[in-house]
Amino acid sequence: MRYLPLTPDDRAEMLSAIGVSSVDDLFVDVPASARRTGFVDLPRVAGELEVERELAALSARNVAAGSVPFFVGAGAYRHHVPATVDHIIQRSEFLTSYTPYQPEIAQGTLQVLFEFQTQVAALTGMEVANASLYDGSTATAEAVMMAKRVTKRNRAVMSGGVHPHYVATTETLAHAEGMDVTALPAAVDAEDAVIEAIDAGVACVVVQTPNVFGTATDVTKIAEAAHAAGALLIVVTTEAMSFGLLKSPGEMGADIAVAEGQSIGNALNFGGPYVGLFACREKLVRQAPGRLCGETVDADGRRGFVLTLSTREQHIRRDKATSNICTNSGLCALAFSIHMSLLGETGLRQVAALNHQRARELKAALEGVKGVEVLTPRFFNEFAVKLAKPAAQVVQSLADRGVLGGVPYSRLAPAAGLDDVLLVAATETVTGEDIAAFQAALTEVMA
Amino acid sequence: MNTVGRPTAPAQTNDFVHPTLTGARGLLQDEALIFELGGWDKTGVDLPSADRPADDLDGLLRTDPIGLPGLSEPEAVRHYVRLSQKNHAIDLALYPLGSCTMKHNPRLNEKMARLPGFSDIHPLQPVSTVQGALELMDRLAHWLKTLTGMPAVAMTPKAGAHGELCGLLAIKAAHEANGQGHRKTVLCPTSAHGTNPATAAFVGYSVVEIAQTEDGRVDLADLASKLGPDVAAIMVTNPNTCGLFERDIVEIARLTHAAGAYFYCDGANFNAIVGRVRPGDLGVDAMHINLHKTFSTPHGGGGPGAGPVVLSEALAAFAPAPWVVSHGDGFALVEEQVGEAAAAFGRMSAFHGQMGMFVRAYAYMRSHGADGLRQVAEDAVLNANYIKASLGDLMSPAFPDGPCMHEALFDDAWLEGTGVTTLDFAKAMIDEGFHPMTMYFPLVVHGAMLIEPTETESKQELDRFVHALRLLAQAAKAGEVDRFKGAPFHAPLRRLDETLAARKPKLRWRAE
Repeated sequence: MRYLPLTPDDRAEMLSAIGVSSVDDLFVDVPASARRTGFVDLPRVAGELEVERELAALSARNVAAGSVPFFVGAGAYRHHVPATVDHIIQRSEFLTSYTPYQPEIAQGTLQVLFEFQTQVAALTGMEVANASLYDGSTATAEAVMMAKRVTKRNRAVMSGGVHPHYVATTETLAHAEGMDVTALPAAVDAEDAVIEAIDAGVACVVVQTPNVFGTATDVTKIAEAAHAAGALLIVVTTEAMSFGLLKSPGEMGADIAVAEGQSIGNALNFGGPYVGLFACREKLVRQAPGRLCGETVDADGRRGFVLTLSTREQHIRRDKATSNICTNSGLCALAFSIHMSLLGETGLRQVAALNHQRARELKAALEGVKGVEVLTPRFFNEFAVKLAKPAAQVVQSLADRGVLGGVPYSRLAPAAGLDDVLLVAATETVTGEDIAAFQAALTEVMA
Repeated sequence: MNTVGRPTAPAQTNDFVHPTLTGARGLLQDEALIFELGGWDKTGVDLPSADRPADDLDGLLRTDPIGLPGLSEPEAVRHYVRLSQKNHAIDLALYPLGSCTMKHNPRLNEKMARLPGFSDIHPLQPVSTVQGALELMDRLAHWLKTLTGMPAVAMTPKAGAHGELCGLLAIKAAHEANGQGHRKTVLCPTSAHGTNPATAAFVGYSVVEIAQTEDGRVDLADLASKLGPDVAAIMVTNPNTCGLFERDIVEIARLTHAAGAYFYCDGANFNAIVGRVRPGDLGVDAMHINLHKTFSTPHGGGGPGAGPVVLSEALAAFAPAPWVVSHGDGFALVEEQVGEAAAAFGRMSAFHGQMGMFVRAYAYMRSHGADGLRQVAEDAVLNANYIKASLGDLMSPAFPDGPCMHEALFDDAWLEGTGVTTLDFAKAMIDEGFHPMTMYFPLVVHGAMLIEPTETESKQELDRFVHALRLLAQAAKAGEVDRFKGAPFHAPLRRLDETLAARKPKLRWRAE
């Protein structure tokens, strides 16, 4: 087996050095009833060529986004990632290192995390950010749990614009923690409706902008209402590229901003791995989940970076930790940070503006199709349309015509009664030809 | 695992390296932050400008400066390459972090994960357009179930700790469904990973510790005395964090089940037994598998991981959505808690799990096959025992009698009187070109040093490592305290002031 360096002679020599006669002698503590002789019923060792053939065949049975007109979003977005990003994240020293527990020989990873935290804080308009969480949905759930710790209150209110899978992820964790979640009914443009649900028992209100229907909202008034009641405002963003065009959560009064960072630096990957962005006010940071990297000096007074405030974490605090999180999303955060460094503020604003323009072009093209009505009043790169036919069926018919034409809302929330709603997204990767192809296919399907 | 909660303050400088004039040292460059290097109007991408203003978004537009510097491509490449050279990596040398399993990461797996049919597909595309991806998940699930002897697997958890959360949520749901929702206690050995008690507390359980015997195993009598009608589950790592197989594991499972509790097994150390022992044969109800440990997906400087959880019949119905089902003519996704998924406890995250990690893990398993995976466990255990045998005369094994599994645990008794601590010894290893072993964990062993070589080390590399540790051990015993107290001297940085970092947290760059 090509990954196993020991030769039969090595093994014999080592067994002799240990003082046993066979490797079985090293497994004597396994109860006899559980010792397995022979191999489990699975295929045997395979060479590179064989593995490549099998996986290439499986890969070929999927329709890659880049091979068709593609308008799918709803929490994961296809953007162009510069070639440099993937090259650098495959460097051995980044790819094959562990969590930076020995800072003297992990300054590469640690400096990247410090830069990442600063970039995320700037993007979200917040004071500080952590070194990443698993993804946007788990970051949202963690933010709600943090609000409980900060306010000592036990109820969260989530707007009807929050991605239904984010709501479900949060409810799952909240249920276990004994926390109540009031999830408002799905609504295209009603983030403000959370204001009426705020009372003195509410730990936090969770709103999303742009929301799952694409609607962008100024949440300043919601922040004011939440703060007046002693609650925290958590702002969720599933499309990080929108930070380049729209007012940031921090500018609108968020206490915690969470986001899915996949759009920057990371491929679609069928849903993972992604990178959860988590930022908050500095005064709350000791209640934050996840890793934090901080600046310090070494014995010679040189600037360096370490993981810090670890007394919040499971390996020190065990059952008193702020979260059980151990791993973050290091390599995805690196990809995010490299892409962000290449874009800079100039590039980010350009690509964000392009996304918005493509989405407006798409809107103009789809509005003319019979049986299609655009629902979203203000959007970044994604909007909802109401169709005269069930959206799931329309999406399937479009796929049959070689167009990946968005996400039926019913796929996210079958019980919401919005079977005729379709979410469509257009990023900078979409061309005028793609839009024309979508329009033509949709015209056929809706006829 | 790690150690850093124990803040280190720098020792006095022992400057035997003549300082250079610029701060650079040969190939090691001092590297500024991007905020000091980059231009506020510079970019490393060429994009067309949007040709119409966003005049439909009045009042929503971001007008203030964001504060993000840009780098041209050559500057970006140089910045990150220079930073990379300040990292230790498994590709550079043996990386003996016990409990972390730093093994070789095959590059074939990277290549496979980047096939456009895996990397460039969206989780919400119509399932008819992702049949190959669903089949891969189904095949991986089959391998995991077969290797563990368990009937079901939840694929969506995103890391080991997320898997623990998933397992405990399934247990909680099962108890609630069976009218046993009053059970509020989880038992964990004192040697447990910190994630175990943290996860139990996170889902609302109180944690009670189980004592350990002299020979490093769960104390059966103590366990029996603590099992009762309030206990929801036990969480036991096997092989345990002392690197030992729990000899009484079958009895532990029997006692647990007899008390009406479930057996959660922390599968972080599955790499020691894969192909030789099936957890299902031991009476386990739930176990997460760190794909980034046993099945070699890269650690990436701290993730992403992936932590699928295998489940017993008793818990299978409570697994979280979504999951893959196979029909006669293809694969589908069960995404909602209705119908066959009505008992599912909920959802772990937005989508279907860490697909990128699934492809890598599957390529790894497929490459090894049933025979290669069994060899993985045998070589991992052989290598650890070889290290234990090669250092046992100079250092003090915590459990000298009998074999260890995939990691060799030493205590600090052998350092007594030398003035050198476990931490000092570890930092001196850095100067000799090796990453330190896991220190001060497990907590049950004084000054613990936990060495996990993994199966991907050659005998030559093991001998090189043993040689370095023997020289260091001899130096410590010979009274060369300065070599240790000030170490490392040859790393990119000297010891860092972690106390200062925690006292005055500086978590982001700010303009002076």
